[in-house]
Amino acid sequence: MRIKALVIRIIRQFIRDKRTLAMMFIAPLFILTLVNLVFSSNDYEPKIGVISDQKVVDQLKSSDQAFTVYQNKSKAHQDLADEKLDAVIEVTFPSTTITLEGSNPTANKASILTIEKALKSIQTQDTNKIKGNSEIIYLHGSADMETFDYIGPFLIGFFIFFFVFLISGVSFLRERTSGTLERLLATPMRRWEMVVGYVLGFGIFTILQSAIIVSFAIYVLDIKMAGSIWLVTLITLMLAITALSLGTLLSAFAKNELQMIQFIPLIVVPQVFFSGLFSIETMADWLQPLSMIMPLTYGGKAIRDVMIQGDGLGMVYGNVLVLLVFSLLFMLLNVLALKKHRKL
Amino acid sequence: MEPVIKVTNVSKDYQSHQVLKNIDLTVNNNEIYGLLGPSGAGKTTLVKMIAGIETPTNGSISVLHSSMPSLNIMSQIGFMAQSDALYGELSGRENLEFFSAIYGLKGQKQKERIHQVSELVNLSKFLQKPVNQYSGGMKRRLSLAAALLHEPKILILDEPTVGIDPVLRQSIWDELYKLSKSGTTILVTTHVMDEAEKCGQLGMLRDGKLIASGTPQELKNVTSSASIEDAFLYYGGVQHEN
Repeated sequence: MRIKALVIRIIRQFIRDKRTLAMMFIAPLFILTLVNLVFSSNDYEPKIGVISDQKVVDQLKSSDQAFTVYQNKSKAHQDLADEKLDAVIEVTFPSTTITLEGSNPTANKASILTIEKALKSIQTQDTNKIKGNSEIIYLHGSADMETFDYIGPFLIGFFIFFFVFLISGVSFLRERTSGTLERLLATPMRRWEMVVGYVLGFGIFTILQSAIIVSFAIYVLDIKMAGSIWLVTLITLMLAITALSLGTLLSAFAKNELQMIQFIPLIVVPQVFFSGLFSIETMADWLQPLSMIMPLTYGGKAIRDVMIQGDGLGMVYGNVLVLLVFSLLFMLLNVLALKKHRKL
Repeated sequence: MEPVIKVTNVSKDYQSHQVLKNIDLTVNNNEIYGLLGPSGAGKTTLVKMIAGIETPTNGSISVLHSSMPSLNIMSQIGFMAQSDALYGELSGRENLEFFSAIYGLKGQKQKERIHQVSELVNLSKFLQKPVNQYSGGMKRRLSLAAALLHEPKILILDEPTVGIDPVLRQSIWDELYKLSKSGTTILVTTHVMDEAEKCGQLGMLRDGKLIASGTPQELKNVTSSASIEDAFLYYGGVQHEN
């Protein structure tokens, strides 16, 4: 009853605040479009597995350190599927087969370039043996996949996280600065009812937001979509709920809107670096575990796995569960944080 | 005379700063009790503790024979905060709908109560307007209406008449008398001396101490003062001499 009252109030307030509505729904679309238009690829060092006889292997290895030798063909393909490798090259004279992991267009391009260069250096010695008839296979994706197809899924997750975090945090903060929180604490409303009411009230808008942004990316920006749109919407929604519960929690530690915005470089921006948009393997070892505590790590990976690799719920439910645990944890902490304002 | 609010030896510290020192006071059923004191005297802290929002550092508070804070008792208290705790984006009616739903009012009963309290504070004509277009006085009145929605047994009003014109102020006081007669106990804070005379019982608060209490007439007689202001000066002055 009290939760319902809170939910209805939040919906009414939200609908009156047209600009905030626009920020939640239109700003992410705008930025996604911009990134789509301007993004260009950068240098990338590929990891390539080689399956072949010893002679070619030695030559390949000496030409570039990107190559790793595999004796076992299925092991190499397993590593490729696990994203430990970007490509596998099989040299069985006279033909060559290149299998690309395919999710990351930058990695694809870099791998092909590296292999072509290496093969050329061999060809000068054994010209007859390998002649231009190499075949390229994509494990995921295809040759026409663009950089945006790879980073798009992360960006969808990130923008939803960012805007929901900010809007929910500032709203909850305003409840405190305007004195209405104190007013509510003078009623028999329980602290958990307040937290749940907020999550539900905003949750309704985040469902809409997730659906709109995901559909826009797929149907208007034509981002690659291998899996189920419903699953992507579900994951983005879970990510939004996590952002919502984190935003309302952290607003307890901000005195005003400006201090809420100060959480962006502290909490939101670091998640971009750890979310998988940039390669975590290349970071300092002590830094890597940090990615484990970032909600965006799980959300971003799950969205990408579904959109590019076409994974089903069975493959990504682990990540979705982690987001659920994060949300519940943040909500629980928020119930405790409200104790600062009323013991009961 | 049945005591419904009992404050026993209550102190409140914020970090090292002591805001209230050994306060004892009793408010009886149907009474209008006024807490008079300058800003910073600790009035708001005291009424917040009675309303169950804050907890005392030392001492105890009981309301309607239950020790505070208690969510159960809080549903029988109407609280009007010093700041107008209203949602500016929402209309007056939507604000009242929200607060009444929090107290479990719904359907026909909710409509009736919203109609009654808005008549009472003279806002019926403005209920459709968003609150951020209200004047200061209108917001005060809407806050008061929100505190009355659930027909509380105890009404706690923190500076209720700030920014309200004298005519309306008089009508609000008339209403408070009516509520008091019909069985509501009212605790009201004010820093306006002449308003204090309207209360049945008066407590004078200064620097976190209750320096005097009694009916306005008693306080004036004991100090042989012509006005409450003189009486306050008398008690305040005694403090200085010590």
